[in-house]
Amino acid sequence: MGPVLAGVLQLLALIAALALAYRPLGTYMAKVYSADQHWRVEKWIYKGIGANPDTEMRWPAYLRGVLAFSAVGVLFLYLLQRLQGVLPGSLGFSSIDADQAFNTAASFVTNTNWQSYYGEQAMGHVVQVGGLAVQNFVSAAVGMAVAVALVRGFALPHSRLLPHSRLRSSGGTPMSGGTPIRSGELGNFWSDMVRGVTRILLPLAFVAAIVLVACGAIQNFSGIHEVGQFMGGSQQWNGGAVASTEAIKEVGTNGGGIFNANSAHPFENPTPFTNLFEIFLLLVIPFALTRTFGVMVGSVKQGYAILATMATIWLGFTALMMWTEFAHHGPAFEIAGGAMEGKENRFGVGASSIFAVATTLTSTGAVDSFHSSFTGLGGGITMLGMQLGEIAPGGVGSGLYGMLIMAIIAVFIAGLMVGRTPEYLGKKIGTREIKFAACYILITPALVLVLTAAAMALPTPGNSMTNSGAHGFSEILYAYTSASNNNGSAFAGLNADTQWFNSTLGIAMLLGRFLPMVFVLALAGSLAEQKPVPATAGTLRTEKPLFTGLLVGAILIITGLTYFPSLALGPLAEGLAS
Amino acid sequence: MTTDVTKQEDTMSTATPTRAPHSDVPTGHKPAEGRVGAGLFDPKQLLKSLPDAFRKLDPRVMIKSPVMFVVLVGSVLTTLFSFKDPTDWFGWTISAWLWLTVIFANLAEAVAEGRGKAQADTLRKAKTDTVARRLAGDSEESVPGTELRIGDLVVCEAGDIIPGDGDVVEGVASVDESAITGESAPVIRESGGDRSAVTGGTKVLSDRIVIKITTKPGETFIDRMINLVEGAARQKTPNEIALNILLASLTIVFLLAVATLPPFADYAGTHLTMVVLVALLVCLIPTTIGALLSAIGIAGMDRLVQRNVLAMSGRAVEAAGDVSTLLLDKTGTITLGNRQAAEFVPVEGTTEDEVADAAQLSSLADETPEGRSIVVLAKEKYGLRERVQGELPGAEWIAFTAQTRMSGVDVDGRKVRKGAAGSVIAWVREQGGRVAEDAGTLSDRISEAGGTPLLVAVEDAEGARVLGVIHLKDVVKEGMRERFDELRRMGIKTVMITGDNPLTARAIAEEAGVDDFLAEATPEDKMALIKREQAGGKLVAMTGDGTNDAPALAQADVGVAMNTGTSAAKEAGNMVDLDSNPTKLIEIVEIGKQLLITRGALTTFSIANDVAKYFAIIPALFAAVYPGLDKLNIMGLSSPDSAILSAVIFNALIIVALVPLSLKGVQYRPVSADKLLRRNLTVYGLGGLIAPFIGIKLIDLLISLIPGIG
Repeated sequence: MGPVLAGVLQLLALIAALALAYRPLGTYMAKVYSADQHWRVEKWIYKGIGANPDTEMRWPAYLRGVLAFSAVGVLFLYLLQRLQGVLPGSLGFSSIDADQAFNTAASFVTNTNWQSYYGEQAMGHVVQVGGLAVQNFVSAAVGMAVAVALVRGFALPHSRLLPHSRLRSSGGTPMSGGTPIRSGELGNFWSDMVRGVTRILLPLAFVAAIVLVACGAIQNFSGIHEVGQFMGGSQQWNGGAVASTEAIKEVGTNGGGIFNANSAHPFENPTPFTNLFEIFLLLVIPFALTRTFGVMVGSVKQGYAILATMATIWLGFTALMMWTEFAHHGPAFEIAGGAMEGKENRFGVGASSIFAVATTLTSTGAVDSFHSSFTGLGGGITMLGMQLGEIAPGGVGSGLYGMLIMAIIAVFIAGLMVGRTPEYLGKKIGTREIKFAACYILITPALVLVLTAAAMALPTPGNSMTNSGAHGFSEILYAYTSASNNNGSAFAGLNADTQWFNSTLGIAMLLGRFLPMVFVLALAGSLAEQKPVPATAGTLRTEKPLFTGLLVGAILIITGLTYFPSLALGPLAEGLAS
Repeated sequence: MTTDVTKQEDTMSTATPTRAPHSDVPTGHKPAEGRVGAGLFDPKQLLKSLPDAFRKLDPRVMIKSPVMFVVLVGSVLTTLFSFKDPTDWFGWTISAWLWLTVIFANLAEAVAEGRGKAQADTLRKAKTDTVARRLAGDSEESVPGTELRIGDLVVCEAGDIIPGDGDVVEGVASVDESAITGESAPVIRESGGDRSAVTGGTKVLSDRIVIKITTKPGETFIDRMINLVEGAARQKTPNEIALNILLASLTIVFLLAVATLPPFADYAGTHLTMVVLVALLVCLIPTTIGALLSAIGIAGMDRLVQRNVLAMSGRAVEAAGDVSTLLLDKTGTITLGNRQAAEFVPVEGTTEDEVADAAQLSSLADETPEGRSIVVLAKEKYGLRERVQGELPGAEWIAFTAQTRMSGVDVDGRKVRKGAAGSVIAWVREQGGRVAEDAGTLSDRISEAGGTPLLVAVEDAEGARVLGVIHLKDVVKEGMRERFDELRRMGIKTVMITGDNPLTARAIAEEAGVDDFLAEATPEDKMALIKREQAGGKLVAMTGDGTNDAPALAQADVGVAMNTGTSAAKEAGNMVDLDSNPTKLIEIVEIGKQLLITRGALTTFSIANDVAKYFAIIPALFAAVYPGLDKLNIMGLSSPDSAILSAVIFNALIIVALVPLSLKGVQYRPVSADKLLRRNLTVYGLGGLIAPFIGIKLIDLLISLIPGIG
């Protein structure tokens, strides 16, 4: 069996597994977020954190919950790292420097998991399990909560509006005196976040960890082993709660591994099967959330349309990646059957390509191969995947809300072409809605481009590049792209543990995560206040393939084109050179 | 197909006389013709509007369009940088084309406004300063029209120009309103009722009327019209504002993409000049839609004005596109004019002549068209001379009202009544009389045939009794069924509003093909129906002209008042139809849709254009340092300078090329949203993707012919 065929078969197996999980998981998640009852353990948690899980929150309250919870997370994680040197169970590692501790705290709370440290040489068990792994769960749950809040904005006419005159000219006076009763409530952040952990992430990660352990991933709290090498010399190996971290790292689209080599390390990702399994894990929730969305808005077809959009981009990118990686020229490439530099022999070109696309189209950022060593165009595909906003299928929660924002933009532009003021899922896309959506799409391009430009223009940051020319530029562009989009993968080569990079990347991660959430929640609040408009034959049908095609086009043109000049100077210049 | 507000199947009625007759008003556009899309565009207008286009270069004006403001700033920058290197033909050429881009955008707006200006001038002529004859007590004084205040009473006689908007409080006159409506046939204005409103600037042709002024000078209907057509009162509509926000954010994104490029380029080993950066920026930001957006809005309002409809706000035009329920008055919209009496049917024991006589007598006090048609029928078919009210001394006339639904006369100890079946039956019973058994069957027969039965009853020495039935007939206009089918495909529900009883209403509704009907509609019923539809999230449009329509007109999302209507109705609605043609509501909806479609189509086109421009400019900028990037030059443009210049020129010329489209509007066909989207997406999305590849290549071919460049 040739490597190409093997890659295609693995892709097919992956699609089959995702398809099998789609309906049950998606429907289950919808039930989780709609259920009335609290589990006993959840009640303990609410009591412990002093939160009332039953009050309905309007968007500012929901946002305050998100920000307060995350701020506490950043602070706690920062202190834990700074105190590592005096904490037991730290394998003797010293405390982390201030800039790196900030960077890492920001990184894990924002679901980015950018790592400017070498896991096996810096973080002990306490930080890994008590700090980083906890954030792996809760940062993912926060993303899902925000997505669910947006879905609720679309889903229910929470608001009961008395008849009142809406569109009124200056000449006329509204004749009925009804004042709108608007609630605009989006659910309860604490309950959404806690349930995301207890009912979705923990059970899934638990099962996944057992599978990983069964397949050879390690799970222990052992110390550092000195191991002799075949060629002489010795090597230090340390243990850790690797399988459990690996499970939530993928399920929660986190990506931060215990080891620096991440999922290329045999302790994290021992076999081709676990490799495929990990890809499955990192895609399963983001894809299934489209079903959750469909169920919650009362039209699974709308969910399918969003799914189809995500799947089209994901499959297109995967096909492109496999093509560019397999089709590379030169005798060395041909002997290896493709571009093998930076890729694990265990996985080969096909599986590495699938992994690279999946990890950059989600906010995962785990790697089983080194994106820097991909072909020029292949590296470009990983960057473009993140630059699209990680929406195909994207991070847990963030992918869905990112995609819904793009759907709103697409509906707004194209919806006008059916001769009505645009509406999506029965909600009008008016001035307020488009304002929030427009702000949302501004944030990440602004962060990526401005910070990359600053790094290029200033004298010192460039010293962190390992390569010169277009490839060196790609290293920096990739770093800011990854951080601002909360991906976390790195274009290996850049020395990111400098004050400049630790600080700017940390800021990019925080702003890239929480500013968009502000606009998403504001948008959700605005939508929740609207009463739905009934669909007629004159309504844009957003569940049709035509709309899916339109949405894919809008994403590629509006988001993709923003980065065209910078991509041209990095991966395109490199990839088109030969 | 049921909407019965009252369940009283036995109550029959006549039309609610809320409508002034417009059978004399031309029905306007036939369904086949009145399609929107036919706008006039004369290339000469471009030249005429050129001075205005330059005047609009004022930054304070330009800032209102953020996209074009960026282009303006870019033009200034490139010009300044060209001065630094005066021998650089490239800088000068780019600057020139950027200035042209701005001017073309202003030109589009100026042309759109220019069309309204011509109309405003005509209106101004009508608004010559008039001298008003104000009543002060019993005497008259002459004051300038501009000094009139609300509540003043003025006198107008034959030949006078009415000095301001108001209501006739005394007398009746024929008035020439052609200055406003363009319709030369004079109209009757009289005190009381629904034909009392007069408009300043119109001319009294006969008789003498006293008018109570209802508007301040400067705020009269004609003033508002002038402001509207000139665009002075134009405010951005909600959708336009939203689109502007999106365009602004795209502009910022591309501004970032271009502004961050110099450090990247420096690292790559090439220096980008300011001229090149501005050229790239202008090509990427959505200039096409940015330039045409305001022209599209003005032209949309203008299309309404061309159809003699005045929208009091652009918001209303947009809402028209969103309407999902149309309330159409049966009379005049669905059926031809008013119902006419067709025959008198006696009940057993009476004769036709007896019925005719009583019907005529009882209808003399009924000023509704139906009432008059009874008198006419009695004269034409039964030879009964029309009696005037004055020739019957001691007669007590009972006028028709919407509440009693009955008219009649008490004379010589004889009481005669005619009216809606329910009202007449109730009256007969009240008088202790009997209702002939066959009155019900006769009425039902007429109703089932789509007609309207009116009962005639009398109370005299023999007691109260029903004499017979008057058969009123309706004629459905031609082509209405097709029209309603189209509306259904557009997702718009049509509801026929009628004062008829449910049986009659159903027969006509079925014949006309409307989706629903509201029978025995009172103004309150209409209001309730509108609120019910709106509570379901639907937008409702309706027409009306009577004072009792005013609440419903105000409640409806699109309320079109007939110009013949009362000032209360005109004040309540957000549009006024100068032709007073209720069928026009359908066109108004289409114009609203067309406005939105044009905006969406050009936005899509504008954004899709970017792909080709990247393929022109990026290789031109960087192929020198990264030769691989020359593979992106898929258009095979001759040189970097020519590639950038071609993209900039295309960007400017496409604005001019699309001015006619933005003024005329994208052709609208009444089909489903799916089909519309597919078609427009193919033409403007795919077309927008491909067109610039061809356009830029052609311009490049031309440029490369110029010696020293190619």
